[in-house]
Amino acid sequence: MNGPHDLGGQMGFGPVAPEPNEPYFHGEWEKRALGITLSCGAFGAWTIDESRHARECIPPANYLSASYYEIWIRALEVLLERHGFVKPAEIEAGHAREPGAVPKRVLKADMVAGVLAKGGPCDRPLDTAPRFVVGQKVRTLNINPIGHTRLPRYARAKIGVVEAVQGSFVYPDDNAHGRGENPQWVYTVVFDGEEIWGRGSDPTLTVSIDAWESYLEPV
Amino acid sequence: MSTHHHHGADGHDHDHDHHHHDNHYSDMQARVRALETVLTEKGLIDPAALDAIVETYETRVGPRNGALVVARAWAESDFADWLKRDATAAIASMGFTGRQGEHMRAVFNTTETHNLVVCTLCSCYPWAVLGLPPVWYKAPAYRSRAVIDPRGVLAEFGVSLPETTKIRVWDSTAELRYLVVPERPEGTEGWTQEELADLVTRDSMIGTGLASSVKGRAP
Repeated sequence: MNGPHDLGGQMGFGPVAPEPNEPYFHGEWEKRALGITLSCGAFGAWTIDESRHARECIPPANYLSASYYEIWIRALEVLLERHGFVKPAEIEAGHAREPGAVPKRVLKADMVAGVLAKGGPCDRPLDTAPRFVVGQKVRTLNINPIGHTRLPRYARAKIGVVEAVQGSFVYPDDNAHGRGENPQWVYTVVFDGEEIWGRGSDPTLTVSIDAWESYLEPV
Repeated sequence: MSTHHHHGADGHDHDHDHHHHDNHYSDMQARVRALETVLTEKGLIDPAALDAIVETYETRVGPRNGALVVARAWAESDFADWLKRDATAAIASMGFTGRQGEHMRAVFNTTETHNLVVCTLCSCYPWAVLGLPPVWYKAPAYRSRAVIDPRGVLAEFGVSLPETTKIRVWDSTAELRYLVVPERPEGTEGWTQEELADLVTRDSMIGTGLASSVKGRAP
């Protein structure tokens, strides 16, 4: 979707502002937000793609004024409600009121190290050959799906070169919406700055994206 | 401020937020506390697991991991080759695996090319080697400008590259996580890997910085 998250090339946000000392957390709530988000992710009730899409669906004014942990929490509330774990009234009240869905797994303290060390690999074997080869010219599609996609707006309908075939991975555009993992080949596609940004672009600039096969067509 | 937080009768201590009196902060504090309470009462989360997650990223998984990888690549050409060929395996061999490090790629700076990593669509970041991302990495200013004005962004980090240096921006749009291997500073012949790692800044592994120069410091 053409949501507030798709920020590449937008203007007006001012300078990058690193903080002095860069604390990992700004107060207790950010720590709890990290822990709650990861713990609920361990339920196995939704995928990383669905959670990314929930974040993208936060209305633009809210998204752009929120810190990232706030974005996580707002999206998590949506996911917990969507999957039947909590009711909005319970969050409002700050207390449980009725039983809800039962997750496949509850993350206990003694499981944390193992779960974090394992991560969630999303490469999947494919028995079809990649459609594109290294060095091939390709064009990204001009698409504007209302659902989740990982093809950023700035890189649509642009001609680039396949630099690497990176393997086959879960296709987020389907997986985010419960349509299955439907893995595809993923390619690193590199574009000249001028192809993306036009005249006046930094002549020394190239930009790459990692693109699923269905984002691309031969030139 | 104590680094140990007690979760007492009302769930939280109060000594951490002296400097945060704005309403938004209080709103999020209350919102996250309510969510944690509901989820705990429902048996869906284990507050001790939240503590374990936070402790992991506050004390164990951070940019020192990546610095040790870079230092080893500087010191051992066989390892550097492995890192180029199969970063996931090379990095895993040093014990750095797991969440947001499942599929790693290492990109090497040269005198001709400087690499810069961004996630324009969300906050993708190689946690296994760099830990949690800083706020600026997840914020709109960096995400919007890194792909269109990387030299302007670098200037805000105090980095000025020759006009002829090519700039390659990697937008992490899929599940590959990028680690920049900065150029080895001059004058470090014979240094141990531990000493070399001290020169590898977090920003130099994102591409918003360079490895520290050895001027004025001795191993």
